[in-house]
Amino acid sequence: MPLIKGGVFVEDPFFFVPDGKAYPDEKGVIVTLARFQGERDTLFAHRNLVGVRLASNENPAVLKADLHRLAVVVLEFPKFRDGRAFSWARMLRTRFDYKGEIRATGDFLLDQLAFMARTGIDAFEVRQDVTLEQFHHAMTEISHPYQPAADGKKTIRALRAR
Amino acid sequence: MYRYDEFDARFVAERVAQFRGQVARRLSGELNEDQFKPLRLMNGLYLQLHAYMLRVAVPYGTLSSKQLRMQAHIARKYDKGYGHFTTRQNIQFNWPKLVDLPDILADLATVEMHAIQTSGNCIRNVTADHFAGAAADEIEDPRPIAEIIRQWSSLHPEFSFLPRKFKIAVGGSPRDRAALKFHDLAIEIVRNDAGETGYKVLVGGGMGRTPYIGYVVGEFVAKPDILAFLEAVMRVYNEQGRRDNIYKARIKILANALGAEEMRRQTLAEFEEIRKAGTLRVPQEELDRIDSYFKPPAFENLTDEMPKGDADFANWLKSNVSTHRMPGYAIATISLKPIGGVPGDATAEQMDALADLMDQHGIAEIRVSHEQNLVLPHVRKKDLPVIHARLKELGLATPNAGLITDIIACPGLDYCDLANARSIPIAQKISERFADLDRQHHIGELKIKISGCINACGHHHAGHIGILGVDKKGVEYYQLQLGGSGAEDASIGEILGPGFGKDEIADAVERVIGAYLDLRNDGERFLDTYRRVGIVPFKNVAYQDQLHAAY
Repeated sequence: MPLIKGGVFVEDPFFFVPDGKAYPDEKGVIVTLARFQGERDTLFAHRNLVGVRLASNENPAVLKADLHRLAVVVLEFPKFRDGRAFSWARMLRTRFDYKGEIRATGDFLLDQLAFMARTGIDAFEVRQDVTLEQFHHAMTEISHPYQPAADGKKTIRALRAR
Repeated sequence: MYRYDEFDARFVAERVAQFRGQVARRLSGELNEDQFKPLRLMNGLYLQLHAYMLRVAVPYGTLSSKQLRMQAHIARKYDKGYGHFTTRQNIQFNWPKLVDLPDILADLATVEMHAIQTSGNCIRNVTADHFAGAAADEIEDPRPIAEIIRQWSSLHPEFSFLPRKFKIAVGGSPRDRAALKFHDLAIEIVRNDAGETGYKVLVGGGMGRTPYIGYVVGEFVAKPDILAFLEAVMRVYNEQGRRDNIYKARIKILANALGAEEMRRQTLAEFEEIRKAGTLRVPQEELDRIDSYFKPPAFENLTDEMPKGDADFANWLKSNVSTHRMPGYAIATISLKPIGGVPGDATAEQMDALADLMDQHGIAEIRVSHEQNLVLPHVRKKDLPVIHARLKELGLATPNAGLITDIIACPGLDYCDLANARSIPIAQKISERFADLDRQHHIGELKIKISGCINACGHHHAGHIGILGVDKKGVEYYQLQLGGSGAEDASIGEILGPGFGKDEIADAVERVIGAYLDLRNDGERFLDTYRRVGIVPFKNVAYQDQLHAAY
């Protein structure tokens, strides 16, 4: 999957290792929550770049104690209608003060990108046919939000007060 | 009323442009219907039986004359010359073309209106007491908080893909005219012992196939904290609401599964965290700023005298005119329930004429009620006769507000893709059956509510008499439910038994009414008698010799 981060396509420094599969020699690794919980200490001992992939029903609160050591948290969108990851992202950023990468993967629409960015997602695994032009268009369709979220964007209320 | 500033205007304009792009992508085939669906729904666009249906938001049910005229324009230019007012205070157009939709939305934007979040699994357009700002029993106008919620919930990044739709209603009086307890979340303005006003918050009410009455999660939420409290409820729901079964996805199912105590505990824990962060606090200046948009009109110093008129006028006063908080003023309900008509429909000509009438009498706003009527909230009593005369010419003076022919009905199988049975013809039949006004007065307050399917858009669970259309092997049947109420004494109606055929349901209603008239004590409404005697006496007469018709 092509990866967009910082508004451009980037090389993915991580490799997702499904449960039961061997770790690759290089690159950072992303593992499922179950595998992370089973192999946490070994992983941190041997790898600099460790990430965890959460299914949409997995609350990131369980990672709280390890967040400072995680380079990426991947949030799955199994269907674009499943909006739980929007809450997970926002909790990671605003409640747990997580500074690493939050990546979206799975089934989502261009029209959801701006919402994702607002809740704190900063990396996007997009479909092959998505262009940067489409990406930037989706991100800039609405100039000012009404409500605070996790992106620090000035709200309409704050702009009115100026 | 609220007026857009440059930011609101830009927001809506950008949303229109965004939707124009989404429509273009659908028309070009880039988006398939499955992908387009959630996008169009977030903009109020449904695909119905015969055509697309556009649901336009009427925030907290308030329209200016200019906005009402725009609805007439849309009905005339893009539709078949009429609009339909709904139980969520919105207006629906049943025949727009997809290709016209962006232009319709652009037209709406010129009068500060839109269709944002009138459908879809998001926080829907907020409804409010239709007597807001005018009712004699009001503690405070509930519309300022409704507007604050409108802004906060518009394109909310975290809560736009919820397990299911989320409906919020607000009220500011002890009398509940907004069916608060049947909403996913309701806010009631209350006064505490110290004399301060704040918000009582209820969650988990709902109709549909599993009706519930909401319970209190926040006894007294301080005003600056309300958005933090709402986000707490929304987050508990977004995280834990069921997504495996569409019929179990509303917050009422979660609220019932967790129970009141656990729901309160989780909500309060989340609320404390959000409040600590502070970003959602609504400062006093902002509360004051929004309040200022809803200042009452400059009331004149009038004598509190009700003008005299003919018998028609007297009948209209009796049912359709309510007590205003200011002397010399009244609240007038414009019935959209002519005998034998389609509940909630208004023609372009009627809407235009009403807008003119408002302008002629200095009435700045008109309200849509959840009972599918319109309301003139601030009318000088001395103007009532001439207003009544004009309404009569327009076919809008039916004196039946709150009476048996003031029927709520969903669009039903005549329009709706989800319906199992027709609602409108049943409403028409019952309305014609009880057309005689003396008989209606004799029966007194009676709320009949009809839904054409289990989704309960016609609020049948909350009807004193509720009627639910069901489909049995391709034949329409109608179940009777008795004893529901959508008011402060909320209750869920009890099913009488097997359904009646479409030609028998009006007879059955008539027999139930007959039983009530025999059983009632002085001053008892149907609902009171029902609560006193229970369902059995009604069951005994309702089926009479028609048991063969039941399944």
